[in-house]
Amino acid sequence: MLLQIKNLHASINGKEILKGVDLDVREGEVHAIMGPNGTGKSTLASVIAGREVFEVTAGEILYKGKDLHKLSIEDRAREGIFLGFQYPVEIPGVSITNFMRTAVNEIRKFKGLDPLPGGDFLRLMEEKKRLVEITSNLTNRSVNEGFSGGEKKKNEIFQMAMLEPVLAILDETDSGLDIDALRIVANGVNKLRRPDNAFVVITHYQRLLDYIIPDFVHVLFEGRIVKSGGKELALELEEKGYDWIKKEQE
Amino acid sequence: MQPETKEILSAERFINLYEKHREFLSAQDTSHIAALRDQAMKSFTGLGFPDTSLESWRLTDLDESFNRGYDYHLKPTTGVDFHKVFRCNIPHLDTAIIGQLNGWYVSKDVPLMELGNGIIMGSLAEARKKYPHLVERYYGTMANDSADGFTALNTAFAQDGVFIYVPDNVKSPRPVQLINVIHFEENLFLQSRNLIVVGANAGLSLVHCDDSYNHQASFSNIVTEIHIGEHGVMDHYKLQNINNNSTLVSSVFFRMDASAQLASHYISLNGGLLRNNIRVHFNGPHGHAAIYGIYLMDKRQHVDNQVYVDHAFPDCSSSETFKGILDEHAHAIFNGHVLVRRDATKTDARQSNKNILMTDTARVNSKPFLEIYNDDVKCSHGSTTGQLDQESMFYLRQRGIGEETARMLLMFAFADEVVSKIAIPELRQRIEDMVKKRLQGELQICEQCVLHCNTPEHPVEFQIDLSKI
Repeated sequence: MLLQIKNLHASINGKEILKGVDLDVREGEVHAIMGPNGTGKSTLASVIAGREVFEVTAGEILYKGKDLHKLSIEDRAREGIFLGFQYPVEIPGVSITNFMRTAVNEIRKFKGLDPLPGGDFLRLMEEKKRLVEITSNLTNRSVNEGFSGGEKKKNEIFQMAMLEPVLAILDETDSGLDIDALRIVANGVNKLRRPDNAFVVITHYQRLLDYIIPDFVHVLFEGRIVKSGGKELALELEEKGYDWIKKEQE
Repeated sequence: MQPETKEILSAERFINLYEKHREFLSAQDTSHIAALRDQAMKSFTGLGFPDTSLESWRLTDLDESFNRGYDYHLKPTTGVDFHKVFRCNIPHLDTAIIGQLNGWYVSKDVPLMELGNGIIMGSLAEARKKYPHLVERYYGTMANDSADGFTALNTAFAQDGVFIYVPDNVKSPRPVQLINVIHFEENLFLQSRNLIVVGANAGLSLVHCDDSYNHQASFSNIVTEIHIGEHGVMDHYKLQNINNNSTLVSSVFFRMDASAQLASHYISLNGGLLRNNIRVHFNGPHGHAAIYGIYLMDKRQHVDNQVYVDHAFPDCSSSETFKGILDEHAHAIFNGHVLVRRDATKTDARQSNKNILMTDTARVNSKPFLEIYNDDVKCSHGSTTGQLDQESMFYLRQRGIGEETARMLLMFAFADEVVSKIAIPELRQRIEDMVKKRLQGELQICEQCVLHCNTPEHPVEFQIDLSKI
């Protein structure tokens, strides 16, 4: 089992957001987490990544069988957890090239590997740029600075391709994308799918799932996963909306 | 003449000293300069050294610096035994080097270099002898002795320093690097006086470094007057890297004729107490001055940047971009004052000061200030002080970048807005390296020039004869 979340409770500033989440993800699987706004989808993603503003008050997250609780944000990332941000942060003055070179080499150092030689790194960048169809010299620019919404999301997928995570969590990567950008983002994900990695795709809409076919669909509602099913669940949600889930819960 | 030793700095000391040595000081003076000297001394007698009762010194208390006690020499310091001078080691940077040791011009060559293209550079004392009329035309016309005790004192005691003259229509083919090194076995008070003239349509790039060699306390009072003629272009860099026991009061006065262009960069990497008085006076329309500052301070270091821009003519633009990172108990002050006079229509003036505080004990006092007497202007000012952005930290760390490295990347990126404006690529590279080292806490006071950095691939070399000092 790659990821095992058991009865996870988490709060921010004393307010409980996650109220007992259970989720199992195996290698090779794609999970979609859906649900109305404000039910804790992004919180779940942040808590898995180790964001410190959230406090885990009960339950546990096992990753490759290890309790994540004591691992720092960067060590989780180095162990292969990647979070695609809903709102990628603009960092003026840090070029994407420097950012990625630092990230790649810190991860390699963690694994006991030597830094990637400059030439190899640039070749890797070129290869991954093609994968996400980045044609401009985006990579010479500061991280996300002045990027359009679509560019920011493509940049997230590009980074994911560079870092080759074991568990990638994509937090509403589809939001704000036109259909072309959506297709590029989804293609990137599909090309990176392997039997030994897994994806958790958080989305508000079904349309992303036309491109990324999930093995499982979960509905997160008021801090808990209240329904799980196959990809047909997404279609049902698309058709009926979330009201019937709410009603079921009442 | 015995040097004054170990005395604290007080106005009385210098008033007495002046009385005693007035004839010696003005022995080489033209009557004009001798009169300036007396006048300046009169001003100093009235003003004394500034203290915290003055608004512009309210947050910079010099008492501790004054009370350390310093030797003061009216002749070049002797007994320094290195028969060599500095060769700058910015890789591949081809500069003309002018060295100053303890405020005195040093060179193995002639004290005044006269290049084929008409550029003159070297000792100000020598220039005053050889070109009295040229020097007189500019000397003392920019510095304002009646407003500031330090400037007045400098004018009263001015003996040597650097003179650079770039004639009309000449562009200096290489950057000029002016290195002030302080090296003495005792605490030392020193004053030097620089005069730089960039003619009409002329161009000069000047890298001005203040460095200390050892950990001995020093107090420098340096006044630099810079004239930029019509359509003249100047690129000016002030690098400060002195030890934590040292105090530097640097006053730079720029006068910009019509359509003159200035980019001035203040890079403060280390120093016990650094005070930069930066004054820009537009002396004609269509001038442009961009002033950048970056300061990286820790321990109990103190940096105080006072920028005054006088928009006396229409259609001029000025910008001030100062950024600082303060760690431990460091204290930074930014005081930007833009004066837009009544006739200065279409003035475009911007001020920005941003700071990152790394600890609860670091402090910043920031006061951008616009004084405007004309309606048809574009002016803006802003100031922010805060911690590193936590969103950005999370983002970087989520990609596997360790907390320390992430912090470093963000601080470096913060500094980059200013560092990236350095127009000499080799210098920019060097400063980037130094900023990195400074942020990693690796940069000790360089044993040599600020730019040597002790890198193994560029060993420090001394090549020029210093024996005459």
